[in-house]
Amino acid sequence: MPAVAGWARRAWDHDLAWSFRHSPVALLAAFLTLVCIGGAVLAPWVAPQNPYDSATLSLSDGFTPPAWTEKGTRKYLLGTDDQGRDVLSTILYGARISLGVGLASVLFSALLGVSLGLVSGYLGGRLDAFIMRVADIQLSFPAILIALLIDGTARIALPREAHDALALYVLVVAIGLSKWVDYARTVRGSTLVEKGKDYVQAARVIGRRPLAIMVHHVLPNAMGPVLVIATINIATAIITEATLSFLGVGVPPTQPSLGTLIRVGNDFLISGEWWISLFPGAALVLLVLAVNLLGDWLRDALNPRLR
Amino acid sequence: MDSRPLLRLTDVGRDFDVSRPWLNRMLEGAPRQLLRAVDMVSFDVARGETLALVGESGCGKSTVARLIVGLYALTRGRIEFDGVDLAAAGAGASALRRRMQMIFQDPYASLNPRWRVRDIVAEPIRVLGLAKSGDEERVRIAALLAQVGLAPEDGEKYPHEFSGGQRQRISIARALSGHPEFLVCDEPTSALDVSVQAQILNLMSELQERLGLTYLFISHNLAVVAHVADRVGVMYLGCIVELANAVTLFKAPRHPYTRLLLDAIPDLGMSGAPRTPVGGEVPNPLAPPAGCAFHPRCPHANQRCRNERPAWRAGVACHAVEEGRL
Repeated sequence: MPAVAGWARRAWDHDLAWSFRHSPVALLAAFLTLVCIGGAVLAPWVAPQNPYDSATLSLSDGFTPPAWTEKGTRKYLLGTDDQGRDVLSTILYGARISLGVGLASVLFSALLGVSLGLVSGYLGGRLDAFIMRVADIQLSFPAILIALLIDGTARIALPREAHDALALYVLVVAIGLSKWVDYARTVRGSTLVEKGKDYVQAARVIGRRPLAIMVHHVLPNAMGPVLVIATINIATAIITEATLSFLGVGVPPTQPSLGTLIRVGNDFLISGEWWISLFPGAALVLLVLAVNLLGDWLRDALNPRLR
Repeated sequence: MDSRPLLRLTDVGRDFDVSRPWLNRMLEGAPRQLLRAVDMVSFDVARGETLALVGESGCGKSTVARLIVGLYALTRGRIEFDGVDLAAAGAGASALRRRMQMIFQDPYASLNPRWRVRDIVAEPIRVLGLAKSGDEERVRIAALLAQVGLAPEDGEKYPHEFSGGQRQRISIARALSGHPEFLVCDEPTSALDVSVQAQILNLMSELQERLGLTYLFISHNLAVVAHVADRVGVMYLGCIVELANAVTLFKAPRHPYTRLLLDAIPDLGMSGAPRTPVGGEVPNPLAPPAGCAFHPRCPHANQRCRNERPAWRAGVACHAVEEGRL
């Protein structure tokens, strides 16, 4: 397939690919992110144990410290929690939830924010003023407060069983809704710039409808910064999810995320079982750091002034 | 051939609201402010001719272009295309507007950087549904590119792979792909090198001859206008001050502003000779001078010019010409 080969060659020669190959930080961050994603996605196959299958657990193994300490065993590399679950396995399974919620909420907020920003910037007028005032109001509340508010409301409004089943979705919406303003403002700004350019005027003279111009002409030219914000926001969303879960309003304990693991382990911190909360915490830091570094690199690589 | 004009503008005007934001107006008690970009502009464009509009930056010539193609809405007056009032045509207006296209000044901004050239040129064909199959569309695009002097393979490239002149050719191909009769050219060569300007101008007159196109040509460059125009309208501060045959206008300019403009053209025969500079600046269009808008810069201005706005008489709006002082 010469077409595919040509495409691959162009992608390899692209500025972004060149900058990626020559940035050690980006390579390291991408490697770490891939390890985290790989571990999370493949958790059922790579984890030593399924920590949520009670048949594989033995309570007598509870509170085993990590393998390199005096009382540790090779069977549980990072030790076990009070129920005898392997901490490494819970981290892999927890990262699955954390990453899933992070990605889904970023996707949701990007979709919402980009559409609103595009419409707001292109159509202008009262609609624009209204959307941007809503954004201003939203920005005056901290993101975590908005997420707490939505999650809390859902908790009261929905019956208990329904809430447990929908908890993940509620969390995605809660985190997503607290972040759409970033996208809306950025996209509105670049839409205003693109709207004034002659190629948009040309499309209007040709007789294209506003929606077609927005989607086909303006959007592709306004998406660059969105990619950067989305990458950095994945890290923020994971942290927000962890915070909510740590506070006990996030995912239900039957599907623990990294944040839930840290909270559960927190109870044993004082009694000396430090590994139960420390290792999930370290995994969270690693994941967020890697994604953030990747986002930082992307921002610099796409900024023509820093080239 | 139809002797009715293809395009007729009658007392066309456009204001822009340049007021401070609402909150500032409320708190500071500032009034609404309107900028009169174009006022009382009337002219006809006959089929097959090239009418040029010239004037300094900010005189409203681009606004006239955008009013005609519908990028701006009219504030006053009427625009008729092929005998039909565009404002009254309602749904029919878009069908009429499809018969006009526009070529823009900056070839670096007028092509979507993320689209391939073939998609750019095909856009009017797709919107108007002119091609029944992908093959037919491909044939048409190849023909259009050949028509403006580009190779069919160029359709696969992106705009940034072309020079300014080539990009302007792509612009022309896009404008032509919907089979328009009337092209509004808003300074199509002013962003190009002098050597490339001539190529584009020649291409445009060649296409005009072959396809029977009518041009409205906006420019601030009198040398270019002398090369392409059949008739020339001179604009000053939103109004047309003189409209005449190109030959007549360049040989025997009547309005003092036209004379000043022509005096300012650099030419080899005059090198070193003293020339009359165009004195003063274009006045602030937010506070245009009373009477004739040109009187603060006009060497022939008298009391009447300062008080009374000159009426349009036989192709020129000037008291001095009317009174035979000039």
